[in-house]
Amino acid sequence: MARAVTNKRKTINTIAAWAIGLLIFFPILWTILTSFKTEATAIAYPPKFLFFDWTLENYSVVQERSNYGRFLWNSIIIAGGSTLLGILVAVPAAWSMAFVPSKRTKDILLWMLSTKMLPAVGVLYPIYLLFIQLGLLDTRTGLVVVLMLINLPIIVWMLYTYFREIPGEILEAARMDGASLKSEILYVLTPMAIPGIASTILLNFILAWNEAFWTLNLTAAKAAPLTAFIASYSSPEGLFFAKLSAASTMAILPILILGWFSQKQLVRGLTFGAVK
Amino acid sequence: MATQHSRSAARLMMAPAVVLLLGWMLVPLTMTLWFSFRKYLPLRGGDLGWVGFDNYVRFVSSSSFWPSVQTTLVIVGGVLAITIVFGVLLALLLDQPMWGQGMVRILVIAPFFVMPTVSALVWKNMFMDSSNGLFAHLWRAFGAAPVEWLSQASLPSLILIVSWQWLPFATLILLTAVQSLDGEQLEASEMDGANPLQRFGYIILPHLSRAITIVVLIQTIFLLSIFAEIFVTTGGAFGTRTLTYLIFQRVLESQNVGLGSAGGIYAVILANIVAIFLMRIVGKNLDA
Repeated sequence: MARAVTNKRKTINTIAAWAIGLLIFFPILWTILTSFKTEATAIAYPPKFLFFDWTLENYSVVQERSNYGRFLWNSIIIAGGSTLLGILVAVPAAWSMAFVPSKRTKDILLWMLSTKMLPAVGVLYPIYLLFIQLGLLDTRTGLVVVLMLINLPIIVWMLYTYFREIPGEILEAARMDGASLKSEILYVLTPMAIPGIASTILLNFILAWNEAFWTLNLTAAKAAPLTAFIASYSSPEGLFFAKLSAASTMAILPILILGWFSQKQLVRGLTFGAVK
Repeated sequence: MATQHSRSAARLMMAPAVVLLLGWMLVPLTMTLWFSFRKYLPLRGGDLGWVGFDNYVRFVSSSSFWPSVQTTLVIVGGVLAITIVFGVLLALLLDQPMWGQGMVRILVIAPFFVMPTVSALVWKNMFMDSSNGLFAHLWRAFGAAPVEWLSQASLPSLILIVSWQWLPFATLILLTAVQSLDGEQLEASEMDGANPLQRFGYIILPHLSRAITIVVLIQTIFLLSIFAEIFVTTGGAFGTRTLTYLIFQRVLESQNVGLGSAGGIYAVILANIVAIFLMRIVGKNLDA
């Protein structure tokens, strides 16, 4: 009897959750479906959901029109480069804050996060001028540096959270057993730190991939990543639903897949471990 | 454990991050402050000298200033309200036993990974377009006249788009908090005759307060500076000009760096007021 009630409730839950889930996911699904339609089918009334002639034409048109490959490559280099650079700077900092905390550690952490609140638009022109002076405008190097800086506070915070969860006693025990500094780092600390570092890399890559303000304002043609590629479809001449959908799908699919794989780490990383 | 030696090593390890962020904060900010006191028109004569507080007065007294502050607060407030209310409900639902829980969760969090430029364009064209958008089809199916969403209901439309992007984040964080609820406490209260509403108000909501704080903090940081969504949908027209967007227009579109910089300083002040308030809460949570 109790079991039947549970099953009934489970069914209701399932239906409700799937309905809402599909509703939320619908814009993405619709975009992907539309990318396989012809322009005429894309705006057909009543709209066609699954039963239409599937075509790959939009993808080749988009690739020809705007050289998707180059934008994709820029996105990879910029997101990857800024993440790598950020990790190199942040790991030692977070490490020392977690293992050698001082009275000011908390203040430094809060100050770092506060730089994230500096409105980007307020400092856009100075950065723009500096970039012209340094020859960094419309270069991948320039964007790597800027995106590294804007995400650095988040990286430090995330790593700090992860490192703090590594118990100090384990280190002391290893020392008691006569482990050298090298084997201490190599065999004790690294294996425990790697999962945290990996999820930080993942999240930072996603943030850098989707960042639009700086990429739109500091690039023109050469270094423009996918955010700029897609923004070029906002002009009236680009208003073709099927092509827009194909371009959108090409821009979001890599990061969507990456995001799905990392969803568990995301919560801890994004909340600095404050929510368990 | 911390010796003098390890302390100085720690300082050395922290130095690059601290120096970089300090530079990132101070250099452009000082320049912005400097420009804000000058008449600076890159395309019309360049730097034309010191003007004192003229830019500040002009920026505040311009007819678009207060509306832009209001728009900013309406968008941030609207998105926060929607994502938290629906985030809590959705988190509670997703916590229930069901079939295919993992798959549903993946569907729900997907929008979070969608590039803001993409999501804005997709909503604008494929849903809110007044002749071929799906909403137009839907309205027509019910015999109603299609709505020009982004011009007639621009702010609600924008809030809808941004909420769609941030609801997954709120849900994900709140779901994690819901999962750590004490089941026994809930059962005990049920036995004591507490109705669902009471259980929600006295047990679930207080338990979620910390997660809600975090959601408010992170979202506010990002929402105060939303740009791409406005850039590709309305371009700041139809009352969707936030403070960020107004400054962007002054600096880049009308090439008035002095005026824009004064606006930038106002934005920094606004962000700091919000930040002080938020930092207190986070600082408190950090201790626990």
